[in-house]
Amino acid sequence: MALLEVKNLEVSFGLRSGEVKALRNISFNLDRGERLGLVGESGAGKSVLGFSILNLISRPGRISAGEIWFDGQNLANLSAEGIRAIRGNRISMIFQDPMMTLNPVLTIGQQMVECLQAHRKISFDAAKTIAVQKLKQVYIPSPETRFDQYPHELSGGMRQRIVIAIALLLDPDIIIADEPTTALDVTIQAEIMELMVELCERNNVALILITHDLGVVSQATQKTIVMYAGRIIEQGPTKEIINDAQHPYTQGLMNALPQMAIPGQRLNQIRGAMPPLQRIPTGCAFNPRCDYAEEACKRELPTFTRSGNCQVACHMVAAMRKAEQTQEGV
Amino acid sequence: MTTQSQNKLPEPTPSAWQRFKDSNIGHSFIRDRVAQISFTIFLGYVIMALFAPLIAPFDPYDPNQIDIMNSELPPSWDAENGDEQFWLGTDAQGRDLWSTILYGTRISLTIGICAVLLQATIGIIIGLIAGYRGGRVDSLLMRFADVQLSFSTMMVAIIVLAIFQASFGTELYQELAMTMLILVIGIAEWPQYARTIRASVLAEKKKEYIDAARVMGLGPIRIMFRHILPNTLSPILVISTVQVANAIISEASLSFLGLGMPVSQPSLGSLISSGFEYIFSGAWWITVIPGVILVVLVLVMNMLGDWLRDVLNPKLYKG
Amino acid sequence: MIAFFIKRLFQAIIVMFVISLISFSIQDNLGDPLREMVGQSVSEAERQALRDEMGLNDPFLIQYGRFLGNVLQGDLGTSYFFKEPALEVILKKMPATLELVFGATIIIVLFSVPLGVYSAIKPFSWFSRVVMGVSIVGISVPVFLTAIGLIYLFAIELGWMPSYGRGDTVDMFWGWDSGLFTLDGLHHLILPSFTLASIMLPLFIRLIRSEMMEVLQSEYVKFAWAKGLHSRRIYFLHALKNTMLPVITVGGVQIGTMVAYTILTETVFQWPGMGFLFLEAVNRVDTPLIVAYLIVVGAVFVVTNTIVDLIYGLVNPTVKLAGK
Repeated sequence: MALLEVKNLEVSFGLRSGEVKALRNISFNLDRGERLGLVGESGAGKSVLGFSILNLISRPGRISAGEIWFDGQNLANLSAEGIRAIRGNRISMIFQDPMMTLNPVLTIGQQMVECLQAHRKISFDAAKTIAVQKLKQVYIPSPETRFDQYPHELSGGMRQRIVIAIALLLDPDIIIADEPTTALDVTIQAEIMELMVELCERNNVALILITHDLGVVSQATQKTIVMYAGRIIEQGPTKEIINDAQHPYTQGLMNALPQMAIPGQRLNQIRGAMPPLQRIPTGCAFNPRCDYAEEACKRELPTFTRSGNCQVACHMVAAMRKAEQTQEGV
Repeated sequence: MTTQSQNKLPEPTPSAWQRFKDSNIGHSFIRDRVAQISFTIFLGYVIMALFAPLIAPFDPYDPNQIDIMNSELPPSWDAENGDEQFWLGTDAQGRDLWSTILYGTRISLTIGICAVLLQATIGIIIGLIAGYRGGRVDSLLMRFADVQLSFSTMMVAIIVLAIFQASFGTELYQELAMTMLILVIGIAEWPQYARTIRASVLAEKKKEYIDAARVMGLGPIRIMFRHILPNTLSPILVISTVQVANAIISEASLSFLGLGMPVSQPSLGSLISSGFEYIFSGAWWITVIPGVILVVLVLVMNMLGDWLRDVLNPKLYKG
Repeated sequence: MIAFFIKRLFQAIIVMFVISLISFSIQDNLGDPLREMVGQSVSEAERQALRDEMGLNDPFLIQYGRFLGNVLQGDLGTSYFFKEPALEVILKKMPATLELVFGATIIIVLFSVPLGVYSAIKPFSWFSRVVMGVSIVGISVPVFLTAIGLIYLFAIELGWMPSYGRGDTVDMFWGWDSGLFTLDGLHHLILPSFTLASIMLPLFIRLIRSEMMEVLQSEYVKFAWAKGLHSRRIYFLHALKNTMLPVITVGGVQIGTMVAYTILTETVFQWPGMGFLFLEAVNRVDTPLIVAYLIVVGAVFVVTNTIVDLIYGLVNPTVKLAGK
């Protein structure tokens, strides 16, 4: 059985102009120790998905349908106390900007100990021992000194290490990392990413890595989910997706990588921009930007088609696979 | 083909009303009942103030129209003692309360608006200079603003006016009261504007269009007034609404202490003050009616300020 | 810490210097001390002689120096009206004003924090709406009208509260007569304290609410939720501590306003404090008393602002106060 099982998840935002669905029909599984990449442009809903797993979406957003099964419990309709006991304990999060994530008026130590004490009956000294040990794990030099310092006394890279240490404090089963390296200096990005992969592997922690950087996904994850306008459009093993993307949108993302560009030529952008959630076109949401779009794409929502080990939601791919099957049948 | 060519025709410029309705403010105004009511009441006050001489049945400044025998008459709905002539009653000197209130509203609003105009002028100029020049000029001016703010307006106003009154003598002071009130309230509150404008200037200065303007060879004054100032209009509007309300309260408080408008030419504050002596002997209307008029005026201005703040959501200087 | 105090002391000296200059020019220009002393009956020649003797014809700087020397020795002149040293007259009235400010501060702190926090946490509940509605009305009612209203309702109509004065007081140490330790004194304190609090309370409720709402949107509060902390700890430690930083700064600025409004409150309630005394002194053109009031109030400003800065430095770790 999978560690985490998301079924038909739907998240809505009640705005004045009416209800807007930020996520529709999201289903995926995550196994113990597995590393999953969530990819898409900004606004695709990947962060909302990350936050909704811990039911952390704030008003006016809410989970309007679907189930999130973890450890025999449905996180989508757990009591406030029930979900609190999971947050930071069994499933923890790493935020995007380490400069904003730590509370400026509390010491690093306070912010670590309080997390341990919220989930375990533990003395301050015992909690401090664990905290210092975790700081060592993330290679913070002289952790005892850092323990008593305030966030503003540390650099951005250092702070993100501390955030990672906090995420590891209670030996969680899953870590959800929302663009953990975007706000950091380029030189530190790779370092932090390597650290996270190393720690997840060593402790057998599952990772949900939210990013728009396909390069990072290809290095760090085993499974990838590509999102567009609040829906999953392609998911499967990272290797297959990177090497042989099926969905035109995923192909576009791949081609837009700087590595893919021919020197001296412009980068291959996907034309147009993702529509705002209030104005998602009918049919396949990607159809106005898609080079292969046909009449069916404008009318009908594509369903998932198997392609290798991947699931792809695209009429074109479905048609191609069908053609292959009939050929084989003949 | 025809539809296409029609689409290419330039759209007629929308009417002023249409533009108002489409704008953020207009859109919110049409939906917000509280803002509409507040604005209507405020408009009513402005009309009262502007046309006080036309609306008022009596001239409270004309001694010939005042009869001391009419003093402390209750409002006309008091069947026993009321007089048809004076529908809100009369004050201790026998003036028609309604007329006196109309003129008092005129004085209160004039002082409030003029004081705020003065604040805004000083504050905007200092804020622009501090923000644009930066460096030592900036820190000096802002230091000065801090000190000025820490001595609250009321404190400064009370002391300055008290000293003026003591040294000029009451009679001369009464003639100058209005000017003095405007000057004191106007000068004491400039840091409110200066700090907000400075913050906006600092934010705007970083943007590329200012660099562009500078590269084009525009002078600092032109850049400040033509390019930066228009971008600071929404915080100015929000502050101004609240500041007029504050200035009116300050004026009323000073007049209540006997440091503001004289009883012979009363603002709402001095009217309340003059009535306070009689409230315990039963003549409640001299205090209560101008009091209600004052509170409603300040209240609608604060409501409008709140609403503008919500709609325009400017970055105001805090602290 | 030492650097902080030196900087503070320097600022205090500048502020007090400015106040002393203003005070001196008031003393110099307002009223003729000679007339107060000898009356009108003395001839012009004798007056000149007296003036010379008293040093009133000396150059400005010398006179100012003498004034400053006297001030530093605590000699602010003799009140024309009370025929007593002005500073003593003022200091005798100071406890009444301080107790009034104390009462109002307690009310403000006691109500503004819980109400502000509640209406930030539950902005859409009916109670928050009532709090916000009442607070905007509260801001719009001038202090003296609040005072009149409270007197009318609680003292005259209901007869629950005394309408003026300080009631019974007890002599404490250093000549401090306190109304805080008698039932009658406390009874008298209630209405004036609420009046003085009425102008600040809505301001602070609104400030705390808006700051708190902003803090609750911050990443570190979201992270605190993601850590699975109890909501109590998030609201009252993570959020409140950050909320209070700007509130403390504004509070420091508002102390001045509070002192100014004691004058209004004391006038309506005939509260025998410094503010009431000051207005009387203005009406009697009692120059030494006016000057003494200015200097005492200036000193109060300086001290309270220092305390506020100190508290701010203790709460906010990014301010290097301790100089580690």
